[in-house]
Amino acid sequence: MAVQTATTAADDPGKIKTYTMNFGPQHPAAHGVLRLILEMDGEIVERADPHIGLLHRGTEKFMEYKTYLQSIPYFDRLDYVSPMCMEHTYVLAIEKLLRIQAPPRAQYIRVMFAEITRILNHLLNITTYALDVGAITPSLWGFEQREELMGFYERVSGARLHANYFRPGGVNLDLPAGLADDIWAYTEQFSKFVDELEDLLSENRIFKQRTVDIGIVSEAQALDWGFTGPCLRASNVAWDLRKAEPYDVYEKMDFDIPVGLTGDCYARYLVRIEEMRQSNRIIRQCLEQMPDGPIRIQDHKVSPPRRGEMKRSMEALIHHFKLYTEGFHVPAGETYTATESPKGEFGVFLIADGTYKPYRCKIRGTGFAHLQAMDAMAKGHMLADAVAIIGSIDVVFGEIDR
Amino acid sequence: MSNEALQKLGTHIEASLPGTVRSVDILLNELVVRIERAELIRVMTFLRDDVMCQFQQLMDITAADYPERDERFDVVYNLLSLRHNQRIRIKLGTNEDTPVPSVTGVYTVANWFEREIWDLFGVFFSDHPDLRRILTDYGFEGHPMRKDFPLTGYVEMRYDDEQKRVVYEPVKLQQDFRSFDFLSPWEGMTNVMLAGDEKAEAPTGGNMPGSNK
Repeated sequence: MAVQTATTAADDPGKIKTYTMNFGPQHPAAHGVLRLILEMDGEIVERADPHIGLLHRGTEKFMEYKTYLQSIPYFDRLDYVSPMCMEHTYVLAIEKLLRIQAPPRAQYIRVMFAEITRILNHLLNITTYALDVGAITPSLWGFEQREELMGFYERVSGARLHANYFRPGGVNLDLPAGLADDIWAYTEQFSKFVDELEDLLSENRIFKQRTVDIGIVSEAQALDWGFTGPCLRASNVAWDLRKAEPYDVYEKMDFDIPVGLTGDCYARYLVRIEEMRQSNRIIRQCLEQMPDGPIRIQDHKVSPPRRGEMKRSMEALIHHFKLYTEGFHVPAGETYTATESPKGEFGVFLIADGTYKPYRCKIRGTGFAHLQAMDAMAKGHMLADAVAIIGSIDVVFGEIDR
Repeated sequence: MSNEALQKLGTHIEASLPGTVRSVDILLNELVVRIERAELIRVMTFLRDDVMCQFQQLMDITAADYPERDERFDVVYNLLSLRHNQRIRIKLGTNEDTPVPSVTGVYTVANWFEREIWDLFGVFFSDHPDLRRILTDYGFEGHPMRKDFPLTGYVEMRYDDEQKRVVYEPVKLQQDFRSFDFLSPWEGMTNVMLAGDEKAEAPTGGNMPGSNK
């Protein structure tokens, strides 16, 4: 952080100068490449002007030049803390346009990994948030848990982070042998871990001093600013797309939606803690109920045939070749498909023109709306509280800048 | 959401706002309403406040470019009603020169979304409080999401060790930009006369190109 310019006359000794401060883009508490121009009156933030776009990669433009399948890895790189949830929205949008549905087992696998991703995301957010406001231990503990979950990612997709695992019409591969048992074992110990994490933070005096009554968002404001997910629920709005517009097998899951009452940073933290517990419940239910069966639809116009089949069948070979050169054609149409990603509503507005690549794909990043409210939330708070607010709205610049 | 409920909502909007709605469609269980550009604020305020609608949340604003059209841009608003658990999509057309009224007065969240559309598409929003570029670089020229903007862009940036700063240069590609058109040859061949095709329609005899006479 560097003081850049004095905006008021320096020759008036009785007057406190307002400063313009530059926060970021390389600042550990900026959670990525956020550049924040802060107008300060002493320690008090008068105005916050976030400058985003430093991680803009033109994902939407790229997608217009690639087949539908080739774009899935781009989604991993949007919100790189919850990659599979990003893929989930995209494949659901394609499935809607293609008018297909994934087989039950694939739906269970997708929901299970979406919830694993939710835990991954919340663990990172809560623990680094604690780090921002002064606690180091939670991040060390949380990252140990994250490592295990990323191990599950690796076993199912071959990659710890950028999974590229979901496909239109299912998932890429079935769960390898033993993975289900290991995930079950993980869920057994996880609620104990959350208790320990809460022991560290929830009643911690320093943590509460830094978060309670900071960045309060009322219910009306939260709606007006387009808040979704934990940020909206912390402002006492019981709204979750997993309940309101259930996709895949969320309808069959039994889970609760935690709601915060105060709308401050502490409420957002509490909502995320409880959501991790609920995610744990959903994972266990998925494992209990998961049926056997195919993990992709059997229509080879959309999903490629198995490699073994390709060795024997000419038809399969042709399908494979066509799918990985031309890709599948999506009938003309458009859809706005939204899912409950860990951060809130993640939407994909997809316009198909009947060819093998999207005509237009708009990605509605969740943090885009949240970060916009930064100015109003930080106004009148101290500089250090601005850091607490950034942490509590859970911004990741991959999805904001796209 | 059932189609009947959406149909009912569409009819209600059309009846309550005469002269603003161009068309109401239900596509893939999603309600799409195309409206007159000038009436945008009226429609949005109605959708937010009407008891039947109550679309309290503006989820997304985006645009799509159709260069062959007269009004080449579609500006698209996706709204969500938490009360009724319904979504609606509002569309309107515009071109490079015609401004669209800003809805920041109705939904605060519109601010950045409109900045993004201005940045990426060059659609101008009138009465916007702060219409700056948002995603592209400081000093960027052009509107990259337009269909006539090349994927590679026009300038590239590198750090110049002599000047000790980053410099912008015209894009130099080491290899020509390759855009593969994977459209199946049979689907792309609707208006093409292949050698020999003319025989199917030609009268018998006569001076055919390629005939021996």
